[in-house]
Amino acid sequence: MSPSSDSPHRAPGGYIGAALPRPGAKRLLQGRGRYTDDIVLPRMLHAAFLRSPYAHARLLALRIEAALALPGVRRVLTGADFEGICAPWTGTLGHFAGMKSSPQRPLATGKVVWAGQPVAMVLAESRAEAEDALEAIEAEFEELDPVVDPEAALAQGAALIDEALGDNLIFRTRIESGSPDSAFAGAETVEAEFRFGRHTAVTLEPRTILADYDPGEERLTVHQSTQTPYQFQDLYARHFGLAESRVRVVAPDVGGSFGMKLHLYHEDMAVVGASLLTGRPVKFAADRIESFLSDIHARDHRVRARLAVAPDGTLRGIEVEDLTGVGPFSAYPRTSAVEGNQVVRLIGAPYRIADYRADLRVVAQTKTQMSQYRAVGHPIACAVTERLVDLAAERVGLDPFEIRRRNYVTQDMYPHTTASGYRFERLSLETCLEQLHALMDYPALRAEQAALRARGVHRGIGLATYVEITNPSPAFYGVGGAHIAAQDGCVLKLTPSGEVQCLISVTEQGQGTEAIMGQIVAEGLGIRREAVRVITGDTDVTPSGGATWACRGAGIGGETALQASRKLRRRVLEIAGAILQAAPDALALRDGQILGPEGTARMSLGDLATLVAFRSDLLPPGIAPDLTVAHHHAPRGYPFAFSNGIHGSLVEVDAETGLVRILRHWVVEDCGRIINPLLVDEQIRGGVVQGLGAAFFEECRYDERGQLLNGSLADYLVPMACEMPDIVIRHVETPTRDSDLGAKGVGEAGTAAASGAALNAVNDALRPFGAALAQLPMTPERILRALGTV
Amino acid sequence: MTEPLPIRLTVNGAPVRRFVEPRLSLADFLRQDLGLTGTHLGCEMGACGACLVRLDGRAVHACLTLAVQADGGTVETVEGLTEAGTLADLQAAFHARNALQCGYCTPGMLVAAQDYLAQDGAPSREAIRDALSGNYCRCTGYEAIVDAIAEVARARRAGRQA
Repeated sequence: MSPSSDSPHRAPGGYIGAALPRPGAKRLLQGRGRYTDDIVLPRMLHAAFLRSPYAHARLLALRIEAALALPGVRRVLTGADFEGICAPWTGTLGHFAGMKSSPQRPLATGKVVWAGQPVAMVLAESRAEAEDALEAIEAEFEELDPVVDPEAALAQGAALIDEALGDNLIFRTRIESGSPDSAFAGAETVEAEFRFGRHTAVTLEPRTILADYDPGEERLTVHQSTQTPYQFQDLYARHFGLAESRVRVVAPDVGGSFGMKLHLYHEDMAVVGASLLTGRPVKFAADRIESFLSDIHARDHRVRARLAVAPDGTLRGIEVEDLTGVGPFSAYPRTSAVEGNQVVRLIGAPYRIADYRADLRVVAQTKTQMSQYRAVGHPIACAVTERLVDLAAERVGLDPFEIRRRNYVTQDMYPHTTASGYRFERLSLETCLEQLHALMDYPALRAEQAALRARGVHRGIGLATYVEITNPSPAFYGVGGAHIAAQDGCVLKLTPSGEVQCLISVTEQGQGTEAIMGQIVAEGLGIRREAVRVITGDTDVTPSGGATWACRGAGIGGETALQASRKLRRRVLEIAGAILQAAPDALALRDGQILGPEGTARMSLGDLATLVAFRSDLLPPGIAPDLTVAHHHAPRGYPFAFSNGIHGSLVEVDAETGLVRILRHWVVEDCGRIINPLLVDEQIRGGVVQGLGAAFFEECRYDERGQLLNGSLADYLVPMACEMPDIVIRHVETPTRDSDLGAKGVGEAGTAAASGAALNAVNDALRPFGAALAQLPMTPERILRALGTV
Repeated sequence: MTEPLPIRLTVNGAPVRRFVEPRLSLADFLRQDLGLTGTHLGCEMGACGACLVRLDGRAVHACLTLAVQADGGTVETVEGLTEAGTLADLQAAFHARNALQCGYCTPGMLVAAQDYLAQDGAPSREAIRDALSGNYCRCTGYEAIVDAIAEVARARRAGRQA
């Protein structure tokens, strides 16, 4: 057992940096979690959806009478029922010039554009009765040509997903920086054509929503398994024409999210609309097949990339073309263009490469929608860059560590702007590289590799450097017109007994948001951790804010909590100063005690709070009895706080079977100031395993008609304990100077680089065979193909 | 649809009598009829392990077991095992090691771990990883779970030897 030790930067007696277990975890361990599907409301109806069996078809007729006559069935809704009550939505952003996408509606009308699209909805007294009724609905379709392959989607004469858009190319962007042509002129060039399969989040708790419209108060309450309740409050209010103040979204315990539960889904709108139409609570919980068919998928890129390298190993320029297929339309409200956009902006980021050209094409296809999932775009950019760097190292005869060391952005270069325009305040690339070299005991690993090769055992060592986008500012979504906040809010209430309620807009999906906010507030205020209770995930209770996505919880939410706690401390010391007849500046608050100038306890916070609450007559004139403070914070400095790090991967490839054993994985990461190392480690480990899933197992496979072939957990492989290695982690701390807290995000770091490191490791193992792979996941079959065996 | 059938069973130590449809799974019965929402559904095909409960002392997938199959039997869920103290050391180790994040797989993990440790008192890390191959976790990367179970195995062994 190797639980994390405290951060070396932890203040004596402080909580920030302490490896404390999460208080809320005890409840979950006892089976007392309260997930959305656990909530039962009086008169609640259950929803089930009839889904299109075709990827592309005209919907000619729906006959629902027989279904309506079945026991327990209360309503059967079709697309027409939502006309006039739900405004369609379109997944474009203003700052993505030229982007286009079809308007979307809760249920298909006229045409279906992916196999699994909901076309009708049954509301019944039980889910089983609703499912029974689905079988009694007669749906008539005229099948159209599917659009499956992204290249074929752009070909002349390809079937159009939306005639009104003119073609299937929904977004294109080009970047050119420096002089790529001269960088490639006369230089050694390495290149590869990559394929990245689709995969999906597979949160163990499926998407679940319970909408409850009260016509008496014209009030909508939605319990929803989501990471962004404020975003959904805004969406439901705007698209259903409700007053925002009368829409409440509550996110109770959330059983995993990973970015998947922040997109708007058709079922969400159908469930809310159904509650409005019936005046009854309506619940929908996706089953696993529905999750595979309708949760966003991720990745799906084809990338051609080349890198120019000088004989001494200096990297000179990169050229890249990314073609990504996003399903029938762009997801709402964040768009499906962000992933590709981040790919072409992150490629080459850790290196001194000014000469850069990139071309991104985002195409529509008749498959499940593709959009943001953990580490948006990062794994693609990282795998492409790091594979090219390894190829360059091989070409010029350098060790993978050495070529990285020679080409990283160095300490004297900060602040640094990348070829694609990202601005780095300060990274620690070289430090992380050195630490990883030592941590892996790299020379010994290479010696062992050589010895084993002589015995026919093929091990490979792979590295992957990442730069992670965290703490996004309003420039990310706000400027594009999306109602997605970059700010967060925190309200601290000192209770009459001297404890603190912390209401905060960042949300909890198990990563430990509530735990770290408690630590920050306790230290910022000067009270015991146990005296802070953190409350998240209820738009009626907590102040509005961006919530949790893109690694903003600790960095932006944490800073908000820190500043709020300082505000409350000042207020407490003002009141204490008035009571104790001392200057507030001369007083301190520590462990719940107000200390005089000489450091001795003068009164407890509890006594002060009790006095303010119940004997405000004793307060001196002019001192108000207010012990509640609010604070909001938005990043104002750099547009993003970039974190960084490096992964090492050790694998063993069986050349006979194509099977890979993942032996070890190492991570050296720098997320700035660490608030809780125990939680940071587990974020990294969970992220690494999701990245290794993408590298070796996970793929949403389609046939040529656009049918998803593996829509169950028996067919779609999720990494299991027995296939995963122990993961060794070290931390480097480079706090951002843009905030007092100094924290950056860490949630994407594991996923960002794990698959790139694994790709390099497998290729390192295959090198003696003269074989190479540029496709994820690296299935045994693909490895055998690379080896020429099949 | 078939008419409901009567069943009698013991759930977490208490006798229970209900009429249930023959198609009702034990998981849905526990969750919907008895309000025992600690049992979770992740895949409804016995692959993910989130719904594991004990039936007559053995870990079973509540999603693959029909409520009528539990007629006359004894069922223990995470709620009952918690109240009985059976899982206390595992729960403490999971908490100390942060061997859970969203907590959705956790009740099934605990039931699987308890079941496994009863069979193999001195497991290696590899053996623990193998034993968990029917339980998916998407959050932790498994290592903390393996750490916590290994720690409990050591402590229980030491306790028996003392």
